[in-house]
Amino acid sequence: MQEAMIKRAKELLADGSVDRVIGWKRGEFAYDITPAVFTSAEELERDFVFDDFTAANVSKYLVKETAKEGKILAFLKPCDTYSFNQLIKEHRIDREKVYVVGIPGGPKLDIEKIKAKGITGVLSVKNEDYTLKIETLYGEETMPFSEAVLDKCASCKSKKHVAYDELIGEDGDVLESNRFDMVEKLENMTAQERFDFWRGQFSKCIRCNACRNVCPACTCENCVFDNPKSGIDNKAAADSFEENMFHIIRAFHVAGRCTDCGECSRVCPQHIPLHLLNRKFIKDINELYGEYQAGADTTSRAPLTDYTKDDCEPSVVHERGVE
Amino acid sequence: MLKISKSRLGELFDAVAAKQTLYIPTDREPGAAEYKKYESGMELTKELNTVRSAKDFFFPQTENLADFKIEGKTIEVKDIREECGDFVVFGVRACDARSFTILDKVFLCEPVDSFYKNRRDHGTVVTMACSRPAETCFCQTFGIDPTSPEGDAACFDDGESIFFKANTEKGQAFIDSIASLLEEGDTAKLDEVNAKTKEIMAKLPLAKLSTGNFGGDKLNEYFNSDKWAELSEACLGCGTCTFVCPTCQCYDIRDFNTGHGIKRFRCWDSCMYSDFTKMAHGNPRLTQLERFRQRFMHKLVYFPANNNGEFGCVGCGRCLAKCPISMNIVKVMKALEEK
Repeated sequence: MQEAMIKRAKELLADGSVDRVIGWKRGEFAYDITPAVFTSAEELERDFVFDDFTAANVSKYLVKETAKEGKILAFLKPCDTYSFNQLIKEHRIDREKVYVVGIPGGPKLDIEKIKAKGITGVLSVKNEDYTLKIETLYGEETMPFSEAVLDKCASCKSKKHVAYDELIGEDGDVLESNRFDMVEKLENMTAQERFDFWRGQFSKCIRCNACRNVCPACTCENCVFDNPKSGIDNKAAADSFEENMFHIIRAFHVAGRCTDCGECSRVCPQHIPLHLLNRKFIKDINELYGEYQAGADTTSRAPLTDYTKDDCEPSVVHERGVE
Repeated sequence: MLKISKSRLGELFDAVAAKQTLYIPTDREPGAAEYKKYESGMELTKELNTVRSAKDFFFPQTENLADFKIEGKTIEVKDIREECGDFVVFGVRACDARSFTILDKVFLCEPVDSFYKNRRDHGTVVTMACSRPAETCFCQTFGIDPTSPEGDAACFDDGESIFFKANTEKGQAFIDSIASLLEEGDTAKLDEVNAKTKEIMAKLPLAKLSTGNFGGDKLNEYFNSDKWAELSEACLGCGTCTFVCPTCQCYDIRDFNTGHGIKRFRCWDSCMYSDFTKMAHGNPRLTQLERFRQRFMHKLVYFPANNNGEFGCVGCGRCLAKCPISMNIVKVMKALEEK
């Protein structure tokens, strides 16, 4: 797949269809891949990588990239195309300046899951028939591929590309996923248990803002939490509850716009399952307003920004909140 | 050398904790360790290091510096400082131990930061030698020997026992306080363990990384390098690298009106943030390129320029493991060195 992508990118650069290519660049190790923009065939051949660790969603970079002159080729996995559509819908990406090549999705691997097995000093990771052969400083280790899959891929919602100009490989389908299982578990807890769960999770927050900055739905030019004039910017959290509020407010702000790409949890250095907050909103929207998938298209009106006479009454929300 | 069997480590922790607050690195979840206040039964992690660094003990993420009470036209300033109690941080790795030397250069030079000094004075750092370095480790680049860590007292694990060595008076006092639990032990096996670790150190992927091309005299050479644009291109502008870094020491001070008075807070800040160094006239670093450059220039050029050649990095590898886009000081060094 990597070779086919490099070949196509070189063709499109050579015939002038695009000026730049956004994809992934290899790093020092087997897994430390960086999103990168390529402008020449040499760069592509030297550094371009597409493998089990290229999980990063590059859609958000297109906000910045399409503000520049020229056209860019973007390689998008199925999940990334949902973020892409949502950004088109919000007028954040200039569609004319992107050439989208749809590429197959995951499942992608999570190096932290490999390390959590006590496998350290990782030098290389090879997938042989869904068994990972891991060469380390301390000898060779093996583990099942399935146990190292990123959480976001383990509950994949769709293998279908909802936006593309051309595809490499075949398109897939929207999947029946298990993505709401954990949300249901949380819903079935008592209010106190749920409160304790989230207080425990948020207590780990170091307020690095990685979740916000990676989020394709967070494209405000000046976030309310960075704006001293807002009165709620809280670089210095006076108490731990302020970190909780940051995450809750952010989840509210992306509600109805979050496509469930899972980047927030993937990048969290403290492994806080932030995507569960967003999934709760998605599940509620599905139940209260009918099935809705943000980013599935670029034209429909989102339930929370549209009024219909069938909308649920506020009292429903109130009743659901009562134990 | 004095030692204790690893099976009796719990007894030792109990004895230390009976006299002063003890913090040890323990597992929060598989693959993620953190320092926690020791409670009987708590086990030492098998992870190489903690997700957050040990700097938190001396330079906490947030602290309340002072309170102000305003009544009419008078402002009362309340010094709310409390003398910190004695505490021990056990199991600090060699990289993090060196980070304290770097932080000391910032906080203990004139004018001394008395908040930081208070905690340094009351804290005893007990380090633990490494025997399983990770691929992300590059402490040797900064002249750190992980088989012989700094700190007030150093510990060494030969697989069966933990050996103790004092590096300072404070460390000697720590060892004296637990002497009744220790016995004299033979270090033959420990020497083997250390030799093996050194073999691994030589084989680490970053073993050849050198600071030779960096230092205080490289300002003009690197500041205007055309590499910064590409290096910073994918940077999210989050603070992960800064906040997991044991040597990043920039902070912000802000006053908050609580409605019942003013609280003055200090908190970690990150040069990666858009409002860092924001002043009345605006922000001198307008793009992520400039913010990104600042972080690495600080560690590789400005810090050594002001501190007799000492670099502002200890090679712990946390930023390599945690940056959401896997951009880090190693990649920056290698890119800048390419002519």
